Amino acid sequence: MNKKLLGYGLLLLALIAAPFLGAYPVFVMKLLCFALFASAFNLLLGYAGLLSFGHAAFLGGSAYVAGHVIKIWHMTPEVGLICGTLTGAFLGWVFGVLAIRRQGIYFAMITLALAQMLFFLCLQAPFTGGEDGLQSVPRGKLFGVIDLANDLTMYYVALGIVAIAFAVIVRTIHSPFGQVLKGIKENEPRAISLGYDTHRFKLLAFVISAALSGLAGSLKTLVLGFASLSDVHWTASGGVILMTLVGGLGTLSGPLVGSAVVVLLENKIGEMGNGLFRLSGIEWFRTLGESVTMVTGLIFVICVLLFRRGIMGEIIALRDRMKRN
Amino acid sequence: MSISLPALLSQLLLGLVNGSFYAILSLGLAVIFGLLNVINFAHGALFMMGAIVSWMAMNYFEVNYWVMLVAAPILVGLFGIVIERLFLRWIYKLDHLYGLLLTLGLTLLIEGVFRSVYGVSGLAYSAPEALSGGTNLGFMFLPNYRAWVVVVSLIVCFVTWYAIEKTRLGAYLRAGTENPRLVEAFGINVPLMVTLTYGFGVALAAFAGVLAAPVIQISPLMGQNLIIVVFAVVVIGGMGSIMGAILTGLGLGVIEGLTKVFYPEASSTVVFVIMVIVLLIRPAGLFGKEK
Repeated sequence: MNKKLLGYGLLLLALIAAPFLGAYPVFVMKLLCFALFASAFNLLLGYAGLLSFGHAAFLGGSAYVAGHVIKIWHMTPEVGLICGTLTGAFLGWVFGVLAIRRQGIYFAMITLALAQMLFFLCLQAPFTGGEDGLQSVPRGKLFGVIDLANDLTMYYVALGIVAIAFAVIVRTIHSPFGQVLKGIKENEPRAISLGYDTHRFKLLAFVISAALSGLAGSLKTLVLGFASLSDVHWTASGGVILMTLVGGLGTLSGPLVGSAVVVLLENKIGEMGNGLFRLSGIEWFRTLGESVTMVTGLIFVICVLLFRRGIMGEIIALRDRMKRN
Repeated sequence: MSISLPALLSQLLLGLVNGSFYAILSLGLAVIFGLLNVINFAHGALFMMGAIVSWMAMNYFEVNYWVMLVAAPILVGLFGIVIERLFLRWIYKLDHLYGLLLTLGLTLLIEGVFRSVYGVSGLAYSAPEALSGGTNLGFMFLPNYRAWVVVVSLIVCFVTWYAIEKTRLGAYLRAGTENPRLVEAFGINVPLMVTLTYGFGVALAAFAGVLAAPVIQISPLMGQNLIIVVFAVVVIGGMGSIMGAILTGLGLGVIEGLTKVFYPEASSTVVFVIMVIVLLIRPAGLFGKEK
């Protein structure tokens, strides 16, 4: 446990130092938002065994609400973040109440359908700006005092928020509540026979996960200054599943690693393609930048068939094996 | 609000056309899920392949609609068999969610490949001459192609229902759904049956794709939104019954068509709203069995 704590401490230190080591703050903030999103998603899939295919609704829906509150109602950023988080929690409650009525694969289909409904609502609603999205949301002053327009200030505020949210997730997983969730995941009938109201536990897990996804979405709006339809689109739900899967389902650090890998890949794939072209001379590599979906599809297939534990899952399994020998 | 009868009837017909696609697609999903325990997310992409393959055959080889109506399902069905043998068979023993994720990955791959060739803009495909134009019924103008889609879809659905519910082969299939190991003990080659079932479900999707080619804009992304609506249809109907899947698909298409007349803003969301209502009133779905 102490070693783990040390690891996270080092990661936090590295992140604090990152802007001085040449990392572009806005990009790292984007990474942080997705890391939080994936960790929140993993809380649900990795620890409660519920596959939600509708998490884009919480990310994107909250992003719009936070943007609206800050831009149109001229509220301070923290109010926007709180409103966004509450939106996530509320949507999560609605989705959860409906989806938990069905088991297994239906759960995924229902959440996907509900998220698609929200996507169409956002497409038509007047306040989302339709295809253009909600543009130029000001960062404003935190508590009316701290000016966030400076990237570095914004960076440390965002880092603080994500670190606290991550601590909440860790705490939730290790709490008695988290243990019951694991029990439900392993064997629901037994959990029921032990007297647990499993529906309520699942619903609460869903609401917590959705609220934190909402926080990630609102923070993303604040950092980047816009909210768009791509965050509510089902591909964002697919993306967060991929991040969690690549990093390692049901591991604490997995979503952090997975989100970094996927976001880096999406941003750098064009450059990587050009590099491969220079190395190999194959013309096709140069078009790699336009074929992000193809590459993500390929990673999905490889992960599911060969690599189900994910990066961190494999590392943890390797370490355990070495310990035993 | 006054709505003319011809407008109402024409939307009703359009609804039936969409409902036919929902019915064929959800039928295929149900058959595949029954035996493979996999929710085939790639169904939309394979539907798209049916349409694009017909378009390619027409544009590159001048093969007409009628040939492709038979050839496209066979080609795409064979492709499905390859997918099943190469990928799907490794995950039958795993949790449901891996089946969904694997087919999601395959969807992105297939759509990505077609996107890199054809972009995202629509490709035009005209209906065969024998079915172009329309018939004046006196009270409305009936576009021949749409009527054809509805009739032929109903026939295909009915034949599938008959084959599964009333024939020896269908009995094996249903037995395999209930208890594959027992069926295997009777000397029936279950893995082969699984492969062929997937191929058949995929062929159905491709068939719907060919039917849709002249009425829906063909594009690599045409299956994406459709498959999510079909998921909602499956949730509403429940996957337990073949007839249930057909009726739910057609019914929801009609409701969607009517919504376009009375409250067009809600036409893209009405299926999902109905799903919510069904979940509240009958959580197991209209034709599902309560566990």
